Amino acid sequence: MPFISVFDVLGPNMIGPSSSHTAGAAAIALLARKMIAPPIVKAEFTLYGSFAKTYQGHGTDRALLGGLMGFETDDTRIRNSFSLAREQGLAFQFTPCTTETELHPNTVDIRMENAAGQVMTVRGESLGGGKVRITRINSVEVDFTGQYSTVIVVQQDKPGVVAHITKVLSDSGVNIAFMRLFREAKGHTAYTIVESDGRLPQGIDAPLRDNPNVQDVMLLEP
Amino acid sequence: MDFKSASELLALCRQEQCPISEVMCRRECELGETTREAVNRRMTRVLEIMRDSATVPLEHPSKSTGGLIGGEARQLHDHAAAGRAICGEVLQLAMTYAMGVSEVNASMGLIVAAPTAGSAGVVPGLLLALQDCYQLSGGRLVDALFNAGAVGYLAMRNATVAGAVGGCQAEVGVAAAMAASATVELMGGTPEQCLDAASTVLMNMLGLVCDPVGGLVEYPCQNRNAAGVANALIAAELALAGVRQLIPFDEMLAALYAVGRRIPIELRETALGGCAAAPSACAACGRCG
Repeated sequence: MPFISVFDVLGPNMIGPSSSHTAGAAAIALLARKMIAPPIVKAEFTLYGSFAKTYQGHGTDRALLGGLMGFETDDTRIRNSFSLAREQGLAFQFTPCTTETELHPNTVDIRMENAAGQVMTVRGESLGGGKVRITRINSVEVDFTGQYSTVIVVQQDKPGVVAHITKVLSDSGVNIAFMRLFREAKGHTAYTIVESDGRLPQGIDAPLRDNPNVQDVMLLEP
Repeated sequence: MDFKSASELLALCRQEQCPISEVMCRRECELGETTREAVNRRMTRVLEIMRDSATVPLEHPSKSTGGLIGGEARQLHDHAAAGRAICGEVLQLAMTYAMGVSEVNASMGLIVAAPTAGSAGVVPGLLLALQDCYQLSGGRLVDALFNAGAVGYLAMRNATVAGAVGGCQAEVGVAAAMAASATVELMGGTPEQCLDAASTVLMNMLGLVCDPVGGLVEYPCQNRNAAGVANALIAAELALAGVRQLIPFDEMLAALYAVGRRIPIELRETALGGCAAAPSACAACGRCG
């Protein structure tokens, strides 16, 4: 179980009105934006459960969009994120989905497109008190919180890739707190997610990429 | 230094001969790999935001985003200033501050979630009122916040603080449990008395549903922050008088979590039942559109 700080309880310091629907939404989008190369030019948000029913009144939409522009949960610019997004040339759309009821009550899918035409879809859940986790990347189910320094390796599900990753991390002196492999089906795209206690060494993504079965590497600092 | 339950926390307090706030502060330094100075500085900032959000609405009331609330803290303040308050000084001040924080939150202002935004008024409301009435230093309030943090941490770890998962009992209920425990420590009670007070609050607020009108964190949320303060004060008074509780805090948290999961979805922040479904509430929502 990840460390729950006293400042997770008395915090976040945030723009109201809801820690799960406003601050949590901003936190999910803040995590998502680190997973695609900037600049993001288009964002589509699909909202589920309670998010779908009450997103406008809670400012969930303004917070999601603000988070995607890099605004922290206590940033007063969240109030004006619609107009700020338009100024930046970030197109956005919100779609409530009320037919899917099996998901966590506060769930959002964020489909991001960057200027280079890359597309990535991230699913996040807001767990209450501003805590969040990411539960899906594209079509693969994953599970991480972004509280730790996180390495995400996108790879072909082939023997030897995990050994390569642990060797690179070990050679760089990274202390692994949690490490898990997620895949859709045998031999298809898989994600290795490594959470580490300290900050990740600069440029560690280069040696990680140096393997024919590694497609992409993302580094997320909290 | 870490603990996973209230019973482990009490064992640590006995072993180290120190209050709950001290155990929580040491835990933060160790597990957060930081210094006492750094965590105290950060908690002082928390207290600063709390004080601003509690007091600004007394001078400068603001209408909420959804238009359902605004100006209540000022009304309470004026009512007391005219000598007409009936609650007694601590409760009167505490409810005024608590409702002020709710107003700031609902108008997209800066607050500290404690443990959530919807329940953010309870902890600062009561602690700041005690500070005013008993001339307590800021340092003692910072300590009390660590005590409150310990109780909230246990709720986050072993139950939930999300209204969408566990109803209002998980938000205002937990906030009031935090405030009650912190109050007992601040007023000279033992760690056992702190957690007895926290346990009492959960008992008295068990089953409270989350039914915000229009789905907005405004009404009845603001009223319930005032009610949370009163519940916390009652529980603290019981504990300080030496009244023991049959059910320990760990068991009350388990009860809260079990009850929360059985609350129907209409009564968990979806605005489909309870107050949110009352005809007057629906009519008001049409207006705030």
